[in-house]
Amino acid sequence: MNAIDPAVSVDKLTKSYGSFTALTGVTFDIERGETFALLGPNGAGKSTTIEILEGYRDRSGGEARVLGSDPQRGGLAWKARIGIVLQSSGESGNVTVREQLTQFAGYYPNPRSVDEVIAAVGLEDKANTRLKSLSGGQRRRVDVALGVIGRPELLFLDEPTTGFDPEARRHFWELIRSLKREGTTILLTTHYLDEAAQLSDRAAVIAAGTLVAIGPIDTLGSDEARTPIVRWLENGIAREQRASDPGRVVAELVGRLGEPAGLEIVRPSLEDIYLGLVGAYEADLASRASHTPRPPSASSTPSASSTKDQVSA
Amino acid sequence: MTAALQAPATRASSFGIGRTLRLGAARIGYETKVYFRQSDTLFFTFLFPVIMLTIFSVAFQGMGNIGANPDGSGGISQAAGYLPGMIAAGILLSGVQNLGTDIAMERSDGTLKRLGGTPLPVLSYFFGKMGQVLATSLLQLALLLLVAHFAFGVDLPTEPAKWMTFAWVYLLGIATSAVLGIAISRLPRSGKSATAVIIPPILILQFISGVYLQFALLPDWLQSVASIFPLKWMAQGMRSVFLPESFAAVEPGGVWNLAGAAIALLIWLVGGLVICRLTFRWIRKDS
Ligand SMILES: Nc1ncnc2c1ncn2[C@@H]1O[C@H](COP(=O)(O)OP(=O)(O)OP(=O)(O)O)[C@@H](O)[C@H]1O
Ligand SMILES: [Mg+2]
Repeated sequence: MNAIDPAVSVDKLTKSYGSFTALTGVTFDIERGETFALLGPNGAGKSTTIEILEGYRDRSGGEARVLGSDPQRGGLAWKARIGIVLQSSGESGNVTVREQLTQFAGYYPNPRSVDEVIAAVGLEDKANTRLKSLSGGQRRRVDVALGVIGRPELLFLDEPTTGFDPEARRHFWELIRSLKREGTTILLTTHYLDEAAQLSDRAAVIAAGTLVAIGPIDTLGSDEARTPIVRWLENGIAREQRASDPGRVVAELVGRLGEPAGLEIVRPSLEDIYLGLVGAYEADLASRASHTPRPPSASSTPSASSTKDQVSA
Repeated sequence: MTAALQAPATRASSFGIGRTLRLGAARIGYETKVYFRQSDTLFFTFLFPVIMLTIFSVAFQGMGNIGANPDGSGGISQAAGYLPGMIAAGILLSGVQNLGTDIAMERSDGTLKRLGGTPLPVLSYFFGKMGQVLATSLLQLALLLLVAHFAFGVDLPTEPAKWMTFAWVYLLGIATSAVLGIAISRLPRSGKSATAVIIPPILILQFISGVYLQFALLPDWLQSVASIFPLKWMAQGMRSVFLPESFAAVEPGGVWNLAGAAIALLIWLVGGLVICRLTFRWIRKDS
């Protein structure tokens, strides 16, 4: 094992289910200690990718290395170094939270303390409750607890916060940050883009089995897509202007109109950028399918739903 | 960000057979605890033989003793006649039915997928299941013997030789049942269909193997069919322990044929082990 090897390395990964191609050549690396988010619409191939890396599914083509091993042949020592939170799991649950965690802790050479993990997922009150009596979000927290109990070097999280209430999600973010501080490498999929922005160092966007963008969160999308937008009302009409120097635009407006009505400066959120990327890719696919020339990429304009960094007049 | 990883404390030696056994032992406790928390297995597997023994003993009491003289004297009580078959049925239920349905459910509800992602050895999982089968079946057996003796006045054998026979027939039987349970768990395609796929053949087997119906009264061809399967041999072995010597006369060939029982059970045990070894997977890949 070489310390400078990436924790995960995927090269031209493909996966077919019968005649259906779920992944068409995905390539990325995850460095040790990095938190990497895999984003994409339903059915994009996120779980397919993550389960190939976990060793649950066999790839159809390409290369994959996880902690220096081929995940298709990962042995017990390899499994002891990874932690897995699957997208769905539904055991019958006739054991208590503490019993389950204690049992699983025993499988690992160097597990975390059970009570510490129960506290980290906020289930102290439910430690002696049987799994089947937990609420959906509480069960999900047990899944997360089971994923981290073995003190993994590499943690796979497939939509870990589905069903979490907002407070539990903040709690979870804290847990992930503390794992990051310990040097854990994390591969995360989520549909909450604020979560990806909060937690991950880099992200990849996949759509229909193809990687459409990859990079540090604040460099995703085109420069244009990340340009702030200034909005205001002029004579009752909504106006907007994209500007890399919004302060100058606002100063100009103030000079011209006095205090502008309804003034706001909106920085496109990750969600806006993501929607632009996926929208552009899907439009591209659709246009190629119908053999018509590609329309101008108007779809990369961020939506107005952004709330991040909003300044209201 | 610098990677300050904990030293990967995973020396190859720490994944040896000692660890497999230790985790297997830990699984036995866990599995047995879960078994007794499931009310349906408790009824259909654990208590079933006791309930059936009670029903048959009470229902057929009026028919007098089995093997009695024309004047009604001699012979053995209905309860004594049914006890060996019920013990054999209990062995089959605790192993094949219990594990067959249990593991099929665990495969479909994601338990096995979760375990497959941990460093738990498959063998430890098997040990856990087998230990659970042994523990629950011993309790079931004790309950059966107690009820037969104290509620229905069945005399239990006193000769040590009989109990030796009992011990090896029981141990060989329960090991075979547990292994076949693991092997058969591959058959149901979903957890929901598990009981529907596994229970009916086991029920039929009980009818043709001398559990509910006297084996000697079945037609020859049916006896031959039953002789292919292990239950008939377990029941026969148990009859040799609990019934008077004179009852051997109605067995096929007029003897208990314990050697035949040992051979048949061993063949099933080895065959089952091979099937488990070759076919057991934590998950169906790509599902
Ligand atoms: N076992 C399977 N057999 C056949 N097709 C499958 C199988 N698993 C996934 N697929 C298909 O592959 C595609 C990718 O599925 P995948 O589960 O990887 O999506 P995802 O990105 O995780 O989506 P979501 O956000 O909904 O979880 C989907 O179109 C899905 O229908
Ligand atoms: Mg998914």
